[in-house]
Amino acid sequence: MNAVAASSAPAPIASAEVPAPAKVEVQDLNVWFGKNNAVKDTSLSVQAHTVLAVIGPSGCGKSTFLRALNRMHDLVPAARVTGKVLVDGQDLYTREVDPVLLRRRVGMVFQRPNPFPTMSIEENVAAGLVLNGIGGNHHELVERSLRKAALWDEVKDRLGHAATSLSGGQQQRLCIARALAIEPEVLLMDEPASALDPIATAKIEELIHELKEHYTIIIVTHSMQQAARVSDHTAFFYIGELVEMGATEQIFTNPKERRTEDYVTGKFG
Amino acid sequence: MSPESSGKSPAAHTDKAFEADLREVREKLLAMGGKVEEQIAKSMRALTERDSELGELVMEGDLEINRLEVDIDDLCRRILALRQPAASDLRLITTGLKIVTDLERIGDEAVNIAERAIELNQAPPLATYVDLPRLAELAQEQVKKALDAFVRADPKTAEEVLQSDDQLDDLFVKIFNELLGFMMEDSRTIRRATALVSICKYLERIGDHAMNVAEMVIYMVRGTDVRHPKSRAVPV
Repeated sequence: MNAVAASSAPAPIASAEVPAPAKVEVQDLNVWFGKNNAVKDTSLSVQAHTVLAVIGPSGCGKSTFLRALNRMHDLVPAARVTGKVLVDGQDLYTREVDPVLLRRRVGMVFQRPNPFPTMSIEENVAAGLVLNGIGGNHHELVERSLRKAALWDEVKDRLGHAATSLSGGQQQRLCIARALAIEPEVLLMDEPASALDPIATAKIEELIHELKEHYTIIIVTHSMQQAARVSDHTAFFYIGELVEMGATEQIFTNPKERRTEDYVTGKFG
Repeated sequence: MSPESSGKSPAAHTDKAFEADLREVREKLLAMGGKVEEQIAKSMRALTERDSELGELVMEGDLEINRLEVDIDDLCRRILALRQPAASDLRLITTGLKIVTDLERIGDEAVNIAERAIELNQAPPLATYVDLPRLAELAQEQVKKALDAFVRADPKTAEEVLQSDDQLDDLFVKIFNELLGFMMEDSRTIRRATALVSICKYLERIGDHAMNVAEMVIYMVRGTDVRHPKSRAVPV
């Protein structure tokens, strides 16, 4: 009887029971600047095609954390990083990993739009390809990247113009196009909309929704509303420590930790 | 975050005006709750003491409850639009928006009781009211407990409200059967007995609204929605 009942029941969906392997997995990450332990014993994982928002007050280590994910601290003499950052199971901090190749897989967009000022729009997008010695049809890649960054229609007739002729919001989308041109798998965004007006911000946020189809995105933001709007998961950092990470809806409606509660309700200060 | 698990946040909002707005929501809901309790008590006295003037006062008093409903709704909408509350603040505001409707309905039920009382006071009394005041007491107790649970952010008291509702329902059935007996014995009692059945029904509904308030208090404090447990198993 039981066997019959079991065989007639719909088969369980495997993915619901076995979690997909993490795209990015951070294990016991510590970042030191001299004696200052800026990121402490942080472990978390990010599934592919999701957006993780990292929030916390200024100085909480959220940007330091983000920068550790593509070894940006390699360039800072006093910085020391321990722990592991795995992308598809491969530790980025082992010697065999070339940081230049790594940054092709893990792209980054910064707070202020920073196009190369002496280059045209097209040259800016292709810059990463040229620097990385990537051959092929750059025009096609430039168009594809600009389309993905939702900028193509606005610039297709003036690709030769200086990048600095664009508005702030367009420049930021240009920087996103530049990051996308080298076809990364993970996109790190450090306050990508903090210097933009609400309309340009909305365009960036809409873009994040579209981009997560193809990329895994980790975004640092001051704006809790932005974190709530764009992310699937939210991680709250405080004084270098990951206090809580959970589904964004849970963090903003029913956080488990008091410090998270105090931060999202505006009780820090 | 639940005060039970990690202690209620002692910190105040950095923005004092926001803190004041939230305090105003709580205070207004409390004022409305107090007024509603008073209305139920008055409407029942209008019946048991055969005081129709008191019944009229209940009808007048409802205007203030209605005004408070509109005020609290306005305040909550303003906070949602201007402050984008999160976490416990968001749960307070959504709770406020919902329980204000239940409180207003309780006020309406008190008016209904007063109206039936005024009608009944014009005819000789049907019987000595014994169980009916007890039913009213139970209903009032449920409202009071639900409001206490809200004030103290105390989900345990709210749970007691949910558990006590059966008592109210049982007593309602008992009184209903008694009144049915009157009507079957003597058809001249039908009009009065029907009015009394209505009053019982109003009291029973007051109990239901108190339950809704208690459920929202549990949501407000714990962030878990305990409403309609049976419906959750039903596939959409």
